[in-house]
Amino acid sequence: MAHTESHKALIWKVFGILTVITLVEVALGIYKPKSLFLTHFLGTSLLNGIFLLLTLVKAYYIAWYFMHLKEEKKWFRRAIVWTLVMYILYLSFFLLSEGTSVKNTMTLLFN
Amino acid sequence: MEATIANQSNGTTWHGGGDRPFAASYGKMMMWFFLISDALTFAGFLGAYGFMRYRFLDTWPIADEVFTHVPFTHTPMPMIYVAFMTFILIFSSVTMVLAVDAGHQMKKNKVIVYMLLTIIGGVIFVGSQAWEWKNFIQGDKGAIQLNDGQIVQFVNAEGHQVSLESFAANIHNERVQHTKSNGVWFKKEAAITGVTLQQVVEGFKHNKNISLRIEKIDPATKHKVIVSRDEANKLLAGASQVVKGANLHVNEYGKTLFGDFFFFITGFHGFHVTSGIIINLIIFFNVIVGTYEKRGHYEMVEKVGLYWHFVDLVWVFVFTFFYLV
Repeated sequence: MAHTESHKALIWKVFGILTVITLVEVALGIYKPKSLFLTHFLGTSLLNGIFLLLTLVKAYYIAWYFMHLKEEKKWFRRAIVWTLVMYILYLSFFLLSEGTSVKNTMTLLFN
Repeated sequence: MEATIANQSNGTTWHGGGDRPFAASYGKMMMWFFLISDALTFAGFLGAYGFMRYRFLDTWPIADEVFTHVPFTHTPMPMIYVAFMTFILIFSSVTMVLAVDAGHQMKKNKVIVYMLLTIIGGVIFVGSQAWEWKNFIQGDKGAIQLNDGQIVQFVNAEGHQVSLESFAANIHNERVQHTKSNGVWFKKEAAITGVTLQQVVEGFKHNKNISLRIEKIDPATKHKVIVSRDEANKLLAGASQVVKGANLHVNEYGKTLFGDFFFFITGFHGFHVTSGIIINLIIFFNVIVGTYEKRGHYEMVEKVGLYWHFVDLVWVFVFTFFYLV
């Protein structure tokens, strides 16, 4: 544990990547290009798809390099990441597939 | 604490397993267990938010019209301030990981400096969030709530939202401020501010260049629909109250659920940041008095670092779902 080599260069590089991604997100969020914003893509717009993808890339860099999951044992990492990925996929699946029917039912109940 | 277990087990636990499964200490593994459960909690919250937002997709408030405040200016600029907040949190994550890195090399003074920077970053973030809440609660332009609960806003000829005060009729206000001298219970109330429903409705009738905007979003342009004069008068006949700002019951931006989820999820995240600052402070003072120097390793810094990065990780998702999407 003690006297390991420094990861400073890597840390600043990851910081650079996260900053650039955030700036891209903010620029897209301000200008909302019509060619992306007013499209239909998997039940939402292409722009939202890009936001989601960029968010996942940011999450990857934070978890892998800042929370140094990269340096953990492979199965320790998998126990953490797979649990979360499976649960969140499960949740999103029901959100997307059942959303329509719940929307219709709730419209009948109250508005 | 992990040292106690490791020392007593002589390298193996009583059931034959390693004392450091996956080469992770007890404390670090438990921190990860906690973070997984916390991540599931946040996933549940954001899932509920997404679900209700989907249910009201065609009437949900547009975030760019809500979070437009930037300090020292009154020009509405969406995204700028929250981008600043995001940047601060990412930067405090960087100083945190630099502190962990310095801890691995047993450089006490560097750990102190980087942890202090992290704490300062956290305080700036929480302060920014408080300011964001203040603007959200105080409100901006004001709106009218109809009897069916719908929020309607007023726009000028260019389609920009205008404040209620800018066009409300200057008619006699029958609402008299209640003073202590004429009260049965000798209670007085705060000075009456703002405009009344009657003043807004009268003002709308006399200003032909002001239009009414309803909650519904036009799917072709993704802007709120501006209704015709006749329809506006019909809707205003069923007006129930003037709404200024936001609380858990009503908000001037649209759906009540929008305000509820905003308060709840950013509040829960802000609570995490606050507790992260407190834990960071405790560890910071431990570093200064040399606790970890004596212990021989800075693993506690690593553990609070995990928590701090997790808070940053959650914010990345909150930022996406509340401000971008």
